[in-house]
Amino acid sequence: MLKTQELTLNMGPVHPSTHGVYRCVLTLDGEYVRNAVNHIGYLHRGLEKLAESRTYSQFIPYTDRLDYCSGLANELAYVMAVEKLMGITEEIPERAQYLRVICAELQRLASHGIFVGSFALDTAGMTAFFYAFRERDRVLELITRIGGNRLTPNYMRIGGVARDLEEDFFKELKQLMDDYDAAIDEYDGILTGNEIFQSRTKGVSIVSKEMALDYGFTGPNLRASGVDYDMRRDEPYGIYDRFKFEVPIGETGDTFDRYVLRVKEMRESVKIIKQALEQIPEGPVMAKVPKVIKPPVGEVFHCIENPKGHLGFHIVSDGSTKPYRTRIYSPTFVMLSAFPEMAKGTHIMDAVLILASIDIVLGEVDR
Amino acid sequence: MDVIKGNQADGNQLDAKQIDELIRNNVVLTTTDKLLGWFRSRSIFTVTFGLACCAIEMLNTSSAKFDFARFGYEVFRGSPRQADLMIVAGTITKKMQPLIARLYEQMAEPKWVMCMGSCAISGGPFTDSYNVVPGADTFLPVDVYVPGCPPRPEALIYGFLTLREKIWHPNKITGNVARLRDIGKAY
Repeated sequence: MLKTQELTLNMGPVHPSTHGVYRCVLTLDGEYVRNAVNHIGYLHRGLEKLAESRTYSQFIPYTDRLDYCSGLANELAYVMAVEKLMGITEEIPERAQYLRVICAELQRLASHGIFVGSFALDTAGMTAFFYAFRERDRVLELITRIGGNRLTPNYMRIGGVARDLEEDFFKELKQLMDDYDAAIDEYDGILTGNEIFQSRTKGVSIVSKEMALDYGFTGPNLRASGVDYDMRRDEPYGIYDRFKFEVPIGETGDTFDRYVLRVKEMRESVKIIKQALEQIPEGPVMAKVPKVIKPPVGEVFHCIENPKGHLGFHIVSDGSTKPYRTRIYSPTFVMLSAFPEMAKGTHIMDAVLILASIDIVLGEVDR
Repeated sequence: MDVIKGNQADGNQLDAKQIDELIRNNVVLTTTDKLLGWFRSRSIFTVTFGLACCAIEMLNTSSAKFDFARFGYEVFRGSPRQADLMIVAGTITKKMQPLIARLYEQMAEPKWVMCMGSCAISGGPFTDSYNVVPGADTFLPVDVYVPGCPPRPEALIYGFLTLREKIWHPNKITGNVARLRDIGKAY
């Protein structure tokens, strides 16, 4: 009998496939992962503490930098939480509501685009990365026209959105949405149907329904494990109850399912944007909100379906212009805690893939 | 191309003037430093190293639309020992700072540092946070600053071209410093 020795391997914080500055200490037995220990906090910027020294409106740009792949969706979660606290949820103008949905779904396309691209990179598929980023760049150009910046647009406002969008923008958006299905077909052709890709991802790190619920999975990762739950459909916030879309569900909950589900979700996002473009009414984009925002004393928790999962803001107000406490519930932080169990027993090259399939963003994990 | 023949068999000798002329037309004289600088400036190896949002834009710069490879800079190395440029792309926290310093130490000479985004330049919007280092230049010798939050890919490309100028013509930069010093003396 050959004697083996366990090897401790440090992955990160500077590593091409840790998606930022995440560090993981792996205990290896040969090429298999025996144990994995998470180390986070390398990007802890103290956002929750900073929120206490900013006014409610001043904190909106900071939410962009939480999960920097989905800036507009984070803004939406935050402004909706503040609106709930102020009790003006019903006063948001129709047009603003539609613009918000368009923005959030555009951002979902961009975020899932980066998932497909970086996931392909982690399986050593350079070509698919270029394909995914080609469409993502078109989305980002539109987001630039919304807010002036590619990743951090700062477009949402408490009570509506910053400004109305011009006719040109809608024309371009419509064109992009018409092209998108063909683009997703291309991802399917180059990755989903690829035999090598399938053999790398199928059956790797199966997360059962029970395990997903136990660990508090949300969003695409939860649905990949077979739990039929989407906040947009089951607890609609804003005007999501007006749109018809399907909620894709995974079958086995393996790495392949987590990838496929996101590609399917992109198709649904395109559907939602198309419906929103048809239904969008004319009108104002900003409710009548006081210049200085002073919510009444109280606390609120609001949570939306972010591209990565449920993003929630818990705000405690003491009646002044600044929040007494802001707590950010981030989906990827919760899901990252399952990584050690997901990676246990797998091949070391799969561990990288499993990490990519959770789709972590360190800005949100560490806050 | 003419062949330089100092002493031809038929006795038809070139005079010194003609030799000078031939040399001027066919031989490029330079210093080793300049030649190396030219090579270095045209193939910068970057260490793959993303901290925050700016890393996504860095990724985007190498994607199809902006195509970093046009300038010869698409190589990203996983190990600092193989790289000669470090792009500090993102917020530097107090936990990360010693690691960045160590990475810089591990890079082989000659090496350059580029600050990408306002966080790496000055701490950006997080500058008053308890856990954020206000800028990479507090502990690293920074060569190029690329402002923005995050900078657009075009800005990063411009930063690279600026760095190329700096590597190729180091005197240009020193010259500017000297000129500024002279201006300072005049006052």
